[in-house]
Amino acid sequence: MMREKLVLIGNGMAGIRTLEEIMKIDKDRFEITVFGEEPYPNYNRIMLSKVLQGDTSVDDIVLNDYVWYAENQIELHTGDPVVKVDTKKQVVYSENGIKRPYDKLIFATGSNPFMLPLPGADKEGVIAFRNIKDTETMIEAAKSYKKAAVIGGGLLGLEAARGLLNLNMEVDVIHISDYLMERQLDAQSGKMLRQELESQGMNFLLEKNTDSIVGNKRVEGLRFKDGTSIDADLVVMAVGIKPNIDLAKKSGLKAERAILVDDYMQTSAKNVYAVGECAEHRGIAYGLVAPLYEQGKVLAEHICAEEPSTVPGYQGSVVYTQLKVSGVDVFSAGKFVDGENTKAIRVHDEFEGVYKKVVVEGDKVVGAILFGDTSDSPRLLQMMRDGQDVSEMDKVAILPSEAEGGSKESPVVAMADSEIICGCNGVSKGAICSAITDQGLSTVEEVKQCTNASRSCGGCKPLVADLLELTTGAEVANAKEPMCGCTDHSHEEVVEQIRELGLSHRREVMNVLGWESDEGCSKCRPAINYYLKMVDPINNEDDHTSRFVNERLHANINHNGTFTVVPRMYGGVTNADQLRKIADVAEKYEVPLLKVTGGQRIDLFGVEKEDLPNVWEDLGMRSGSAYAKALRTVKTCVGEQFCRFGTQDSIGLGIELEKKFEYINTPHKVKMAVSACPRNCAESGIKDFGVVGVDGGWELYVGGNGGVDLRGGDLFVKVETKEEIIDTISAFMQYYRENARYLERTSHFIERVGLDHMKKVILEDEQGRKALIERMEVALSTGKDPWKEIVDSEEKKKELFEKKSVEV
Amino acid sequence: MGKVGSAKRIEVAKVEDLAVGVGKRVELQDEKIALFRLNDDRVHAVQNSCPHKQGPLSEGIVSGDHVFCPLHDWKIDVTDGMVQAPDEGCVKRYDVEVENGTVYIVK
Ligand SMILES: Cc1cc2nc3c(=O)[nH]c(=O)nc-3n(C[C@H](O)[C@H](O)[C@H](O)COP(=O)(O)OP(=O)(O)OC[C@H]3O[C@@H](n4cnc5c(N)ncnc54)[C@H](O)[C@@H]3O)c2cc1C
Ligand code: SF4
Ligand code: FES
Repeated sequence: MMREKLVLIGNGMAGIRTLEEIMKIDKDRFEITVFGEEPYPNYNRIMLSKVLQGDTSVDDIVLNDYVWYAENQIELHTGDPVVKVDTKKQVVYSENGIKRPYDKLIFATGSNPFMLPLPGADKEGVIAFRNIKDTETMIEAAKSYKKAAVIGGGLLGLEAARGLLNLNMEVDVIHISDYLMERQLDAQSGKMLRQELESQGMNFLLEKNTDSIVGNKRVEGLRFKDGTSIDADLVVMAVGIKPNIDLAKKSGLKAERAILVDDYMQTSAKNVYAVGECAEHRGIAYGLVAPLYEQGKVLAEHICAEEPSTVPGYQGSVVYTQLKVSGVDVFSAGKFVDGENTKAIRVHDEFEGVYKKVVVEGDKVVGAILFGDTSDSPRLLQMMRDGQDVSEMDKVAILPSEAEGGSKESPVVAMADSEIICGCNGVSKGAICSAITDQGLSTVEEVKQCTNASRSCGGCKPLVADLLELTTGAEVANAKEPMCGCTDHSHEEVVEQIRELGLSHRREVMNVLGWESDEGCSKCRPAINYYLKMVDPINNEDDHTSRFVNERLHANINHNGTFTVVPRMYGGVTNADQLRKIADVAEKYEVPLLKVTGGQRIDLFGVEKEDLPNVWEDLGMRSGSAYAKALRTVKTCVGEQFCRFGTQDSIGLGIELEKKFEYINTPHKVKMAVSACPRNCAESGIKDFGVVGVDGGWELYVGGNGGVDLRGGDLFVKVETKEEIIDTISAFMQYYRENARYLERTSHFIERVGLDHMKKVILEDEQGRKALIERMEVALSTGKDPWKEIVDSEEKKKELFEKKSVEV
Repeated sequence: MGKVGSAKRIEVAKVEDLAVGVGKRVELQDEKIALFRLNDDRVHAVQNSCPHKQGPLSEGIVSGDHVFCPLHDWKIDVTDGMVQAPDEGCVKRYDVEVENGTVYIVK
């Protein structure tokens, strides 16, 4: 049987979704050919933001892999754009010279980013943010350049800016309006958004009009119309999109802003359709996937119907936007600007940083903005879609999260079955629930495979998880991050269970929590071991078989299986006696390399494992914990003892800190530094806890990191005495010990919980602070020098360090 | 004990010298071997050199039948020497016999 020939131009989100819808209706109806300009299978463009922000990788955002095309017998030509369409003969021609006749043709060519025609816009380092290549260019640029400028403070620009920040670039965002995202927000929410993003490290230049891009071959900066300028070695333009209609126009299709289509996505040419961002329906060319997917569905039904006119056409969509920047919840939909005939419900909680505005026209909700708490968004959207009469409703019914305690219950509970959960893909609560029950689904991933819900922007994942929980009554794994492949439980849940059930051994934990592997793995074992000891430092035993080799053998393993020994030198201060001992040991054991470390002490590299206990014994020094998830060193500057600028005893405080906290286990390594003046010779700004002496006191910086994720510490507090510094660190470190996930550095922890939160619990809550310090004291009481313990125990030496040599 | 042909048994350790969950290094002349006593007291031996970059497997975390290489966390089944997905490869394994609390390697 001859099948009808269907050709799709554009291998993107709308086009491929349309094919999926067609094949759902009639798998074998068409012989399908797809041409795509990009050299990839169909991928999730939306997620490029997340790729840039480092949350996922390019490989993970493929929506339909090559196997899918093969399995569905779709002929795919990637990296080969269609360059000519003959609508009379019904034939398309590709750049590589491929020629295909069609019975039906679909244009799904998407958009191109709009590039401002500025002088210098053609320089190297000036790009858009639209595809994988742009994303890779940014990631690459961040490796060698420091300063990025994003032109455009809309959704895309801000997501790009957040990504560039994550790539450790400094980011200026240039915006022409006086507040951000002015097409989605009002001045108040735009301002709140700016404040939030500024606290995340973005710099904004508002009401700025770019005049030109300067530089030689590569961009070096931007000049503005007002005469000012900035440096930049990467410029991302995110000022809008322009439907990609060149080919359509050349082929004689009627187009205005985009290709004109009727309610069935038919263009002016016979048997030619358009779908996606390149199509204009009733005057609107959409730029979000939800409406495009609706269009795809209508087109599929139409193309497959025996009697085409019997299916209902496309009526346009209610669209909404959400910003995909972690830590910022923004939602906007419909007509949110106050007009003559509108009234608005406004909620503005400055304490919580929450703002809500619901615009009502006549008796209907016509638009909304939610900032800080977007839990009401599905409900509001539904009201808008249904045109529900709200004249008789009270405020709490419109914004249920404002009800007393209302925000605790998941919004899905109150939703009707017809309400949409996944806006991108238009999947309703009812559809998800019946898929869960009918097909016995138990994870978000399965729901995604089965219903498409959460397959696009992923914003509805929490709601899908809530639905799973609601429907199956079971705890749902995917809503949270499991600790490792052995379990569905998150770190938090494991800690909670250890506390609640008083668990005391890793086997007990794994048993009670239903671990999927007998004995766990290299990820969960060390984590559980840490949590057990953290929860009850006195009674719970350390399990050294659950520790990574360095922490089991108390030395750092090298690439060749030898070890490194780092003895403690409190505050980086040493003396002739220590140096002599180190020298003697180095000679006696033929230590291949001695090196002064960044932590101000001396490393002995290349010691054989079996020599370790003897080396320690001969040194007679304490372990420097250079291998441990614990306090490493306290780096100090010389301070008042000799420096002409120093007004404080940095060495003294450093030694005191190091002695106090030396053998406390922490979720990850902890580094400290004390400088006696703001010249900061000990680099206190990039330590977990950095102290800087200032006139009349000390400043404490927290969450600094000089490693992979370079991050300047946040000024936490300024105090007058050493005792206050020690107490604050003590309380802070204990809070971190109790609440961070294993292997989470203070820098990430602070970003997750927020500096303000830390100030609240450590500085403002007197009671809580005292209790934290007390628990820290208990934990500290169990600290011991591990080297000495091993040197003193023949049994341990034998168990851990012995090597057997057997004569054959 | 079924000794086959010219196979030879070499005494390498006492079971009591091996701690459950901690590998033991044994050198048979030039051969470096890692011995593991598993939870149920079975003893297994593999070459003490990870197929990835020669990490000393004796120093890895032992879980069930597997050891996690201390250098880059490859997971290796010590009972058959197979590297577990997503990585690939295998490490030489040795036949082990235990008799009256003595561990022998059979070659
Ligand atoms: C970083 C980023 C974040 C986004 N975030 C969101 C979001 O959170 N929510 C949301 O709803 N939307 C978001 N969008 C928008 C969304 O991705 C688009 O609306 C959607 O991808 C448009 O689908 P499309 O199929 O019309 O176009 P595309 O996905 O762009 O597909 C068109 C394809 O056609 C190809 N093509 C063009 N001309 C030819 C030719 N002549 N021959 C062959 N192939 C051709 C193009 O190369 C392209 O691959 C985001 C977009 C970006 C860039
Ligand atoms: S930080 Fe200040 S006090 Fe300390 S050594 Fe440097 S200049 Fe001197
Ligand atoms: S050497 Fe074993 S994992 Fe790399």
